[in-house]
Amino acid sequence: MSEHFIYLDNGATTRLDERVLEAMRPYFLDTYAVATSQFGYSMGIDAKDAMDAARAGIASALGAEPEEFIFTSDSTESSNMALKGVALALGEKKGKHIITTPIEDFPVLYSARALEKQGFKVTYLKVDEHGLVDPDELRRAITPETILVSVQAANQEIGTLQDLPAIAAICRERGVLLHTDATHAFPRVPLDVRETPVDLVTVTAHLSHGPKGVGGLYVRKGTPLVKWMDGGFQEFNLRAGVENIPGAVGFARAVELATPEEMARLQAMRDRAIERLLQIPHSRLNGHPTRRLPQNANISFRFVEGESVLLHLDMRGFAVSTGSACFSRSLEASHVILGIGGDHERAHGSVRVTFGRFNTLEDADALADALTEVVSSLRAISPLGKE
Amino acid sequence: MPLPYSELVMEHFRHPHNVGRIENPDAKAVEGSPACGDMVAVYINVDEETQRISDIKFESYGCASNIATGSIITELAKGKTLEEAKKITWQQAAEALGGLPAIKAHCSVLAVDGLRAAIQNYEERHGLIKERVPTTVEEIRRRLKHVMNPVVGLDLVRTKLVKEIGLAEGTVRVVLDLPADHQFAATIRQDILDKLGTLWDVQQVVVEFTE
Repeated sequence: MSEHFIYLDNGATTRLDERVLEAMRPYFLDTYAVATSQFGYSMGIDAKDAMDAARAGIASALGAEPEEFIFTSDSTESSNMALKGVALALGEKKGKHIITTPIEDFPVLYSARALEKQGFKVTYLKVDEHGLVDPDELRRAITPETILVSVQAANQEIGTLQDLPAIAAICRERGVLLHTDATHAFPRVPLDVRETPVDLVTVTAHLSHGPKGVGGLYVRKGTPLVKWMDGGFQEFNLRAGVENIPGAVGFARAVELATPEEMARLQAMRDRAIERLLQIPHSRLNGHPTRRLPQNANISFRFVEGESVLLHLDMRGFAVSTGSACFSRSLEASHVILGIGGDHERAHGSVRVTFGRFNTLEDADALADALTEVVSSLRAISPLGKE
Repeated sequence: MPLPYSELVMEHFRHPHNVGRIENPDAKAVEGSPACGDMVAVYINVDEETQRISDIKFESYGCASNIATGSIITELAKGKTLEEAKKITWQQAAEALGGLPAIKAHCSVLAVDGLRAAIQNYEERHGLIKERVPTTVEEIRRRLKHVMNPVVGLDLVRTKLVKEIGLAEGTVRVVLDLPADHQFAATIRQDILDKLGTLWDVQQVVVEFTE
């Protein structure tokens, strides 16, 4: 590995911010009790106060009340809880139809597939070349049997931001619950549930310099949801399990630290990367040119394969990601690139670059320099693109 | 390094041997296709007298294991007679590389196929195919193992897309468990025609889709 190392895979996970670690430390070492009621012992009460403050902080970032925010182990659990919890609550009562998109991340996609096996019908809305849902198509897809619509806030690979206000308005009008997976959007892309009437929101801490192993689910008051993680009565009796108090405190601190100024910084890096990388011949941007996550750039290069690009970049000290089948554990090409109408070749040569707090504009330039060389050297040995 | 590849694989990936193109080669072959994933081109020159491979080069549109296998297979084949080179297997290539992850077998087997196809191309061009063996269903199935299902990047046989193979009077009929309007139906069909159309006793290849 090269001497310097530039991490540009912040869409996979991020480095913890030291300030988050500092906020968490006392809840590992000093105030390590479980949260107890006000009639318990003082350490438990202190722990509960910390948990309550963390909950209130994150909830307020979403425009929600504290009791509408449930801590979970990660966004995977949150999305499972949302889809399966609503299905269990309304499947028999109202109907067995769910609407989602083909480019959702795996927790939503595979929860939907699991429900299909249980007899639910799932409609996968077509998305356009940028990954956007057509609100009219959603309107047409809703039937009296529809119990839930799940459309992501931002795409995990290509960064496309959905038009949630339009989608939420339709769901509200038709009386259908709306879940959004905001794993990659929260807390950077503002979402206020008072203005945008979503009913369930999946969030996580580790993609914005918070700890791994803690996420959450916003549940609008009155939303029917069956508890399926059984045990104790934690989290308003919706999710059993010992509270991850250090995690909750860290999550709240990470949310505090994600400022609009930082979003602007990330966006500048993203735009620099996109501008420079599109100068490489036979390249194209995946996702929307403007409606995209501030931290995400995703470019496909023809005639080269993503895993090879990634390994060459690793040797030069850069970490990025690719939608190539060769890189995935399942040998499947990115379902997102295929879902937006791309072919296998476009997925094969796709490179996702995701910035974080500890990156600089120089990193974007250094990556562009390295990637220009890597793509050109791989093209030199490729049988394609010579003529 | 926490990579699944051996040091030797990485060395061949970083600095592949025999990479590039031979202008006006005695024979060449391309295996794989961009629509399906990895692709390898192999070029050979053959000493007519000794029937030895005097020069060999390859090009790769693929992942690290594909590039490394292209590198090692050309090293192994260089200087060998056509008969010897034909017998080089994927296992030998993998062994010479200090091992390859099983999941990467598909990407790396392409280079071995490329070498064999280039030798076959040479033999066909030079009228060296002595005994013409009649095509069998086994041979068709073997060739279909080299047609990729682009949905998953694995071959048609392994992903159980081949429902039926018919062979009668020079006509091959392949029935696929795939709707005709599937996104990759046309690509897969074309690949099958390419792979089976060159069989000497096959006049027609029919690809049928279910529903």
